[in-house]
Amino acid sequence: MSFINYLSREINCKIVYYGPGLCGKTTNLQYIYNKTNPEAKGKMISLATETERTLFFDFLPLALGEIRGFKTRFHLYTVPGQVFYDASRKLILKGVDGVVFVADSQIARMEANLESMENLRTNLAEQGYSLDKLPYVVQYNKRDMPSVAPVEELRALLNPTSVPDYEAIATSGEGVFETLKAIAKLVLTELKRGGAGAGPGPGGR
Amino acid sequence: MSNPQMVMYEEEFNQIQVIVDRLVREANAQVVFIIDKNGQLIAAAGDTEQIDTTSLASLTAGNIAATGGIAKLLRENEFSTQFHEGERANIHIQLVGNRVILVVIFDNKTSLGLVRLRVKKASEELNHIFEALLRKVSDPNREAPFAEITDDDIDNLFND
Repeated sequence: MSFINYLSREINCKIVYYGPGLCGKTTNLQYIYNKTNPEAKGKMISLATETERTLFFDFLPLALGEIRGFKTRFHLYTVPGQVFYDASRKLILKGVDGVVFVADSQIARMEANLESMENLRTNLAEQGYSLDKLPYVVQYNKRDMPSVAPVEELRALLNPTSVPDYEAIATSGEGVFETLKAIAKLVLTELKRGGAGAGPGPGGR
Repeated sequence: MSNPQMVMYEEEFNQIQVIVDRLVREANAQVVFIIDKNGQLIAAAGDTEQIDTTSLASLTAGNIAATGGIAKLLRENEFSTQFHEGERANIHIQLVGNRVILVVIFDNKTSLGLVRLRVKKASEELNHIFEALLRKVSDPNREAPFAEITDDDIDNLFND
């Protein structure tokens, strides 16, 4: 649920990076953080375990510029990808304005991708959202790994509704900003239409 | 399933600001914040200079969400109050109307009892304001706030 402040003339939106464990969600945020001007970003917060696995979420506030005098601010969140952190994932999805699904292109991770996508749908539905109505893009990450599935195959499996999708190598930054721009644009377009996906009102759960 | 956005107008913001300014004084607190449950900072008062307010807002919302999750597991509706005691700073977190979060940071110049007392009064007042704000935002006759934005405006944002 976006937050529009007429007084400070700001639009604030929440984007969540979702996907299976070790698919590169945190790496996406780290790359964005490293490549953004200091004045356009806030501190990146990572609530992670000692082995640098996301425990609760990563958070990165980002300013993308002005539209008609309104500053656009995006709050980027990642969810913990590991299967057993499902309760935490549900919490992060509350009030989401747009979702990036980061898929791991490696053939061995195909089942994990499908499981995570199913989990995304289920968790969104629990909050009263439908993935088909939310601003949503897919990223096929790790294109540099040795045994990756062809994009056509990934697309057929993970993007049946043909939302915008991007190939990426998050460690080197390839495709990272393309993905971010695409989701930010979809979120703003949705805001312009006057909706913010479907979901419970403020105070709803 | 329409989803009313959180929108803040000048009128309501000023009413909220009066309450948080007063709460800082009356509770003898260092800082007071109002945060929405999604982690957006709505208002702040007191000595905010030393604090990364954006991070604090996001982490507090995460904290409230996690506590809410625990409440659900225990079949509680919500744990509406939290208190964290540190060596120098203490933090009192109060859920207001299950909608926004009132955060008070204070040191040993005041007491938890006083903070709780003042928070209780402020919460009631804030709840009324947010209820009125919600009614305003949910008004079906209200124009979509950004209907005048064009696709070109959005494109221009990314042409750099």
